Amino acid sequence: MPAAGVVMIIAVVLIVATIVVYLLATIVALRKITAGLDDAIGAVGEIIAKSEPVAPVVADINANLDAGVDLLEGLLVKKAGLIEAVGLIDGLYPSAAAAGLRNFPESKTVKAPRIAEVYTRGTLTLARLGREAPIAAASPNGPALRNAAYGSSAARTLYPDGRELHAAALPRSPVIGTDSPVQYDPSEEVGGPRRQMPATSSPERS
Amino acid sequence: MTLEWIGDVILLVVLLPVVVYLLRGVLGAATSIVPSVGRIAAAAHAGSADLDAVPLLLTTQDEVVKTIQSAANYGGSLDVILDDAEGA
Repeated sequence: MPAAGVVMIIAVVLIVATIVVYLLATIVALRKITAGLDDAIGAVGEIIAKSEPVAPVVADINANLDAGVDLLEGLLVKKAGLIEAVGLIDGLYPSAAAAGLRNFPESKTVKAPRIAEVYTRGTLTLARLGREAPIAAASPNGPALRNAAYGSSAARTLYPDGRELHAAALPRSPVIGTDSPVQYDPSEEVGGPRRQMPATSSPERS
Repeated sequence: MTLEWIGDVILLVVLLPVVVYLLRGVLGAATSIVPSVGRIAAAAHAGSADLDAVPLLLTTQDEVVKTIQSAANYGGSLDVILDDAEGA
C-alpha cells in the first residue's frame, strides 16, 4: 500500500474518532438537559395544579370587597353628604380625596373641606358618626365651627324630663385626723369586726 | 500519487479542523444549556413551594365574607340610628 493511502486512512480514522468523541460529549450534555427539563416540567405542573383554584377565590374576595366598598361609600355619602364625606376622607387620608369615591364620580370635582386642620382623626370620626358636632360644616374656608345649640339639642332629646346630673345626696368623703368624729383605734380593731362602720351618706353632716 | 497527497493534506489541514470547530460549537452550546436548565428547575420548585400557601386564600375568603357581613350589619344599624345628610 502506498504511503499516501496509509496517511489517508489515518486521517479518516482521526476525523471519525474526533466526531465520535464530540458527539458522545454532546449526547451526555443533552441527556442532562432532558433530565433537568423533566424536573422543571414536573414543578411547573405542580404550579399549575396549585394555582388553578386561585382565580375563582380571588374573584370572590374581590366581589365581596367591592360590595363592602359600595356599602361604606353609600352609607358615608348618605349620612354625611358628598362634600363632607370627601372632606372626611381627605382628613383621614391626606390627598385621598383626589381619587374620589368610586360610585360617585362627581366627588372628584368636590373641593374637600379642611376638616383635618383643626380636629384630630378620632374627633373627626366621632363627629361624623355622631352628628352632634357638625364641625367645619358652615365654611370650609374659615375656622371650624360648632353649632352648640344644635349639638346639645340632639342629646337633650334623649332626656325629655331633664337630664339628671347626679344623685340627690352623695356620701361625703370621710373626715380624717385626730379631731375626726369617728376615731379608729388600731389596737382594738385590727383583726376584729369594725366597731363603727363609716358613714354611707352625708345628711347628718351637711 | 500527487493527487492522493493533496487529498491527505486537505483532510488533515482543512476538513479535520472544520469538523472539530463545528462539533466544539455544538458541544459548547449544549453544555451551556445545562446550568440554565438547572436554574429553571430550581425556580420552578421554588415557585411551587411558594404556592403551598394558596389554601390560606380560603381562610381569607371566609374572613372577608365575615368582615363584610359585620360591616353590613353595622352599616344597617347606623343607617337606622343616624339621620341622613341634608339633601341626601
